[in-house]
Amino acid sequence: MERVYLDYAATTPTDPEVVKAMLPYFTDSFGNPSSIYSYGQENKGAIEEARTKVARLIGARDEEIVFTSGGTEADNAALQGVAFANESKGNHIITSSIEHHAVIETCEFLEKRGFTTSYLGVDKYGLVDPDDVRKAITKETILISVMQANNEVGTIEPIAEIARVAKEAGVYFHTDAVQAVGHIPVDVNELGVDLLSISAHKLCGPKGVGALYIRKGTRLTPFMHGGGQENRRRASTENVPGIVGFSRAAELALLELNQEPERLTNLRERLIKGLTERIEHIHLNGHPKERLPNNVNISFEYIEGESMILNLDLQGICVSSGSACTSGSLEPSHVCLAMGLPPEQAHGSLRLTLGRWTKEEDIDMVLEVLPGIVARLRAMSPLLKSQR
Amino acid sequence: MSNVNTLYSAKVMEHFQNPRNVGDMENPDGLGHVGNPVCGDIMELYIRVKDNIITDAKFKTFGCGAAIATSSMVTELVIGKTIEEAMEISNKAVVEALDGLPAIKMHCSVLAEEALKSAIENYRSKSE
Repeated sequence: MERVYLDYAATTPTDPEVVKAMLPYFTDSFGNPSSIYSYGQENKGAIEEARTKVARLIGARDEEIVFTSGGTEADNAALQGVAFANESKGNHIITSSIEHHAVIETCEFLEKRGFTTSYLGVDKYGLVDPDDVRKAITKETILISVMQANNEVGTIEPIAEIARVAKEAGVYFHTDAVQAVGHIPVDVNELGVDLLSISAHKLCGPKGVGALYIRKGTRLTPFMHGGGQENRRRASTENVPGIVGFSRAAELALLELNQEPERLTNLRERLIKGLTERIEHIHLNGHPKERLPNNVNISFEYIEGESMILNLDLQGICVSSGSACTSGSLEPSHVCLAMGLPPEQAHGSLRLTLGRWTKEEDIDMVLEVLPGIVARLRAMSPLLKSQR
Repeated sequence: MSNVNTLYSAKVMEHFQNPRNVGDMENPDGLGHVGNPVCGDIMELYIRVKDNIITDAKFKTFGCGAAIATSSMVTELVIGKTIEEAMEISNKAVVEALDGLPAIKMHCSVLAEEALKSAIENYRSKSE
């Protein structure tokens, strides 16, 4: 069965070009970059070349890029690093209620260590109001962290405006840009952020590698200890194949940025329009315009997400949901709830995320298959009857 | 179609794809309604009772694959049983009949047992 993969926000296939770039670093150029002999030193060079390529994608300087094991580590390193380095200035952090768990749970961890967090609400589209950020700042505030684009509903936050608010108050600003980098133009100086998290596997790079952008002059306690790598900012022998692969993925993403967002936006709109025409009682979650080009998140009234996912999987279509039933908890998506969705609609949400290999036929396949699945599940639903 | 889903047993997937006894029942002798929208599972179970024997059962469920499969299985288990026998059907029996459920889905089987008990209680309260 031909598979239709529409879960690019979860992870992406590694581009064959990326794999090709990585391969020599497993067997031929396997040396430890910290070693003095040429085997090691040539890999040191490979890492620095990779740093330049990743920096270029986000308009940063080379030395402002620290490679990590991924987006989660970048978020942890940013939040814990700023918190512990600036404890003497204050203990207050501001974030949003729709952040990725890598940010929310790091804040919760810091709360156990004496920090306090303000979780800002969002409007019905998932937007954070920069004014709310301004009002939340106290003399104790040391860090603001708001994601650039939401992983579930695709809403793009007003990062430049929030960064201005942070700068006026003299507070560090971090953004989790894991879903944005490589998908929309991202420039750290245009945005005015101090810290920015990236993950390679969300932009057709390999898993297990990412980066934290750290603006020059930002005070940060290292997250990993035990070596002088990454200019003493992140100990551990570098993941050379991963870093090289990441940099090739960054190059490819940069090349695509002038046409791919438009192509994906067209496919996205085809999917939203097609589903809206074919299925009643559905709602688009997230912002209609301020939205990642590749994200569709729709709630289907009266039915639950996991049962839709399983049915789509049986037809070879891979998507995800904000339903609790797919996360192992009983609570539906905190993002949907924060946007004010009733719980049953949060449970009935589907996220379809597109990417480099998504074709029009893939969208049409969903449009062909999903209406029947929804109808079948609705026929089983006790909610529909009670609404009649 | 190949089933490569390792979350659920083949039996669960089979009941999920071909649920038994799904639908409404006109004037049921007992109606059970359990669950709530917050946890994401709502089950309605209807039973027809004649001479103390459950002659028919139907269900409607809002929920995940496990919720649909357990609903389907509990209707299968209960048809033909006396009220007393039906009261003995536990969530464990439902899980075993489905060749197991993932740990995080056990609450679905509890819900199925509760739906059955609730339907029987409703029947008993009517016949008193």
